[in-house]
Amino acid sequence: MSRLRVATTWLDGCSGCHMSFLDIDEKLIELSERIELVYSPLVDQKIIPENIDLALIEGAVSSESDREEALTLRARSKVLVSFGDCAVTANVPGMRNQFKVQDVLSRAYIENSTSGNVLPSVFVPKLIEYARPVHEYVTVDLFLPGCPPPADVILSTLNELLEGRFPIPIGKTRFGA
Amino acid sequence: MTIEELQDIGRIEKEKQEGFKHRIHVCVAAGCLSCQSGLVKEALEKEVGRRGLESWVLVKGVGCLGLCTAGPMVAVEPNKILYQGVAVSDASDIVEALGGPSVSRLDCSNQVPFFTRQQKIVLENCGLIDPESIEEYISETGYEALFNALRMMNPTGVIEQISKSGLRGRGGAGFPTGLKWTTVSKTKGNVKFVVCNADEGDPGAFMDRSVLESDPHRVLEGMAIAGYAVGAHYGFIYVRAEYPLAVKRIRTAIARAERLGLLGHNIFNTTFSFDVTVRLGAGAFVCGEETALIASIEGRRGSPRPRPPFPAELGLWGSPTLINNVETFANVPPIIRKGGAWFAGIGTEKSKGTKVFALAGQVNNTGLIEAPMGTTLREIVFDIGGGIKHGRKFKAIQTGGPSGGCIPEQFLDMSMDYESLAKVGSIMGSGGLIVMDETSCMVDVAKFFIEFCMSESCGKCVPCRVGTVQIYNVLRRITEGDGKPSDIALLEELCDLVKNTSLCGLGQTSPNPVLSTIHYFMDEYKAHIEDKVCPAGTCHINHTEKSQ
Amino acid sequence: MRYPAFLQRIADRADVQPARVLTFSINGQDVSAREDETILAVARENGIPIPTLCHLDGLSERGACRLCIVEIKGSPKLSPACVTLPRQDMEVITNSDRVLDYRRKILELLFTERNHVCSVCVSNGHCDLQALTIELGMTHVHYDYLHSQHTVDASHERFSVDHNRCVLCQRCVRVCDEIEGAHTWDVMGRGHLSKVITDLNQPWGESTTCTGCGKCVQVCPTGALSEKGKSVAEMTKKRQFLPYLKLMRGEEQK
Repeated sequence: MSRLRVATTWLDGCSGCHMSFLDIDEKLIELSERIELVYSPLVDQKIIPENIDLALIEGAVSSESDREEALTLRARSKVLVSFGDCAVTANVPGMRNQFKVQDVLSRAYIENSTSGNVLPSVFVPKLIEYARPVHEYVTVDLFLPGCPPPADVILSTLNELLEGRFPIPIGKTRFGA
Repeated sequence: MTIEELQDIGRIEKEKQEGFKHRIHVCVAAGCLSCQSGLVKEALEKEVGRRGLESWVLVKGVGCLGLCTAGPMVAVEPNKILYQGVAVSDASDIVEALGGPSVSRLDCSNQVPFFTRQQKIVLENCGLIDPESIEEYISETGYEALFNALRMMNPTGVIEQISKSGLRGRGGAGFPTGLKWTTVSKTKGNVKFVVCNADEGDPGAFMDRSVLESDPHRVLEGMAIAGYAVGAHYGFIYVRAEYPLAVKRIRTAIARAERLGLLGHNIFNTTFSFDVTVRLGAGAFVCGEETALIASIEGRRGSPRPRPPFPAELGLWGSPTLINNVETFANVPPIIRKGGAWFAGIGTEKSKGTKVFALAGQVNNTGLIEAPMGTTLREIVFDIGGGIKHGRKFKAIQTGGPSGGCIPEQFLDMSMDYESLAKVGSIMGSGGLIVMDETSCMVDVAKFFIEFCMSESCGKCVPCRVGTVQIYNVLRRITEGDGKPSDIALLEELCDLVKNTSLCGLGQTSPNPVLSTIHYFMDEYKAHIEDKVCPAGTCHINHTEKSQ
Repeated sequence: MRYPAFLQRIADRADVQPARVLTFSINGQDVSAREDETILAVARENGIPIPTLCHLDGLSERGACRLCIVEIKGSPKLSPACVTLPRQDMEVITNSDRVLDYRRKILELLFTERNHVCSVCVSNGHCDLQALTIELGMTHVHYDYLHSQHTVDASHERFSVDHNRCVLCQRCVRVCDEIEGAHTWDVMGRGHLSKVITDLNQPWGESTTCTGCGKCVQVCPTGALSEKGKSVAEMTKKRQFLPYLKLMRGEEQK
């Protein structure tokens, strides 16, 4: 049986959802027999490959690079999952939305800086006006809320998806959990 | 007071008026006052005084003469001469011309369709009598209907006439007035109230204001008759504070009526007593909704509550309350005087009588008009309204204000009545008519109205409070050139939600302008979204590529 | 007929002078009800769930959140169950696709309005709004967030109000007025700019009418009103006092 090509990514978020994914613990071994992680912060792959079967996006879309990554993943994946509260609602990254981008940046890089006192201009992607949920940019096939979604829910959801079913995670996970 | 005393007052006033060889009527309703008709009146009085003609010529302020666009308006009776755009400097010429040919440069023909096509019931005294004089109102058969009702009819008989007349609520929804009166009269209660809703708030509407400014006693008389019919002894007029002149005139009218015993205790020597109090609204559109209006009169925050129970059962301070609009009450005296059958003979099968409209927008003759129900939109816009300004092309007419819809050209020959308007996705509303020509962008119009509803939402129920903001945001981005192809479906979904789940009429009807413009002017939406072009050239579309 | 006061008190009691009883159906299930009971009350007596937010047992009804809307056969309009009285043979449907769809959309609107960030909220796990997402099956919000700006007032020594979490249900306003009798809370502004305020929009800590009873905090469905110094796990709301107080006061006033 060929393994399913799975990609995961970590946009504007805390990586907690990926940590929760790793909390599947020993079941990861079982899972690895059925999936191949072709792109992820957990593997050493810098370029998004083609022909992805399933993509999980953690984190809100906050910068130009986030947006591009979400668009590319969508274009190259059959099924795309909004993975965790930041991806689903913008959550904590979205808390900056009450302020102007310029104010947010100067708060971080100038007011609270002990060195430098300059706004980053190279290597750091440009922030978009608002941090937004993934589905405001691309079509999402499944929403998995939770902060983070519990490990067993991630596992059961993945198992269902591997079987070609679309589970509705209502009641198993919730916003903020 | 007896009927003889009443008629005496009327006769004496009539003789006094007719004792003058010439009567110069200067419109002192808010429209003309705002273009200095007050000064014109002073100048005319001064001129008459200078020439020592005081005993020959009467200069008096009257209510709205109708053609607001041509103000200040002056009429000279009994020669039926009408002047438009009169300035202070014209005073001497007008007085000079008395008895001879009129001042041709000021002439305003009253034989044009604007005047000839109208039929006046509510506005019959508008422009004829001095709104601050109760005697003049009495001289035009004023308070006779009240006498007839109190002395010659029992309450059931009064309600019968109203039911027979087919009169329907003029505030917008068109609920049968007779039925409403019956409900209140049948509801048990020691104390009942009559409330006149004068919280006219639709953009572009000024019917109720004009009636209150031009003929306030008619409304008081209608309220007193209603009070007698339903068994109420207290009346409230809820009028918005933005109408200072209407407030002043109605207060004056109440004081005069009380002094003559036409309001107060034992009216016309009967056991019937009726007092009227004016309450000022603080400028909230939602207070035109009857339950919000009640809350506001009671001194609470003006937000609506779910109905039933309706105010007819549970109204002011928990008592049965009759709430009607200004124009509805203004229709009552003539109905009682001439009979319900007479009224039922005017209009269409289901919409009886006349309707007062405030004609505004891109039409030549803006102003206050009254036409029988069933008059077509074409007659109103092109005959009475005199067509579109600058010879431009008619595009749409908005009826019913922010709760109504935009009606396109294809329905111009539709009859103006409650049912026909509902059929094309609009409502009669209170009577505001806004005419739009090819320079109006319909997306922008929809945005304007939803913005109005958004800022006038009381914030009580979620769909109206948040839904209108969502709709506004989508329309705003469309007009700014950032619309997405999916936005039309999103708008329709939001409109459906707000329409079906909001608590009160404000929310339930707020999507109408959006839905009707989507329905009839989809091409304009598409032009904004797909081609990033505003066909009317109204919207400032941002052509620079925006990052999401 | 009037009885002597002590007898009148009994005579006025609903269980001695019962209101008429009628029967109607909810989702095809026949139920009986007193004529003065709301559809919501009858549904709950019969174990039929209807979601609510502004409703709270013991407070007056507002019919404002619109989450309890139900269909009544023969009427095109949807009716809020919390303020609608049943009629004989009425057929109520609480779970049609149409109603479920509208409810979820209304809940989504609520989430777009202010900044309901569950993960960092003091009421995370004890929140009526959060629970509603599960009850109504809301996995995400498909409308745009409004990114509105709101303030926090922590001037009171024991409580704080975070307007970012407020859903304007006015439970605080009602409990303060109807139960505590202080009427410290009220609403200012219109539409989406509405805001619950203490006194005449003074800082809560400077309120001269607030008795510090904390009932508002206990009835608040979200993390808008909270007790200071409590951890997320501790910030549970205790509302059992309400129906009890209401009952005792009702008896007293007769």
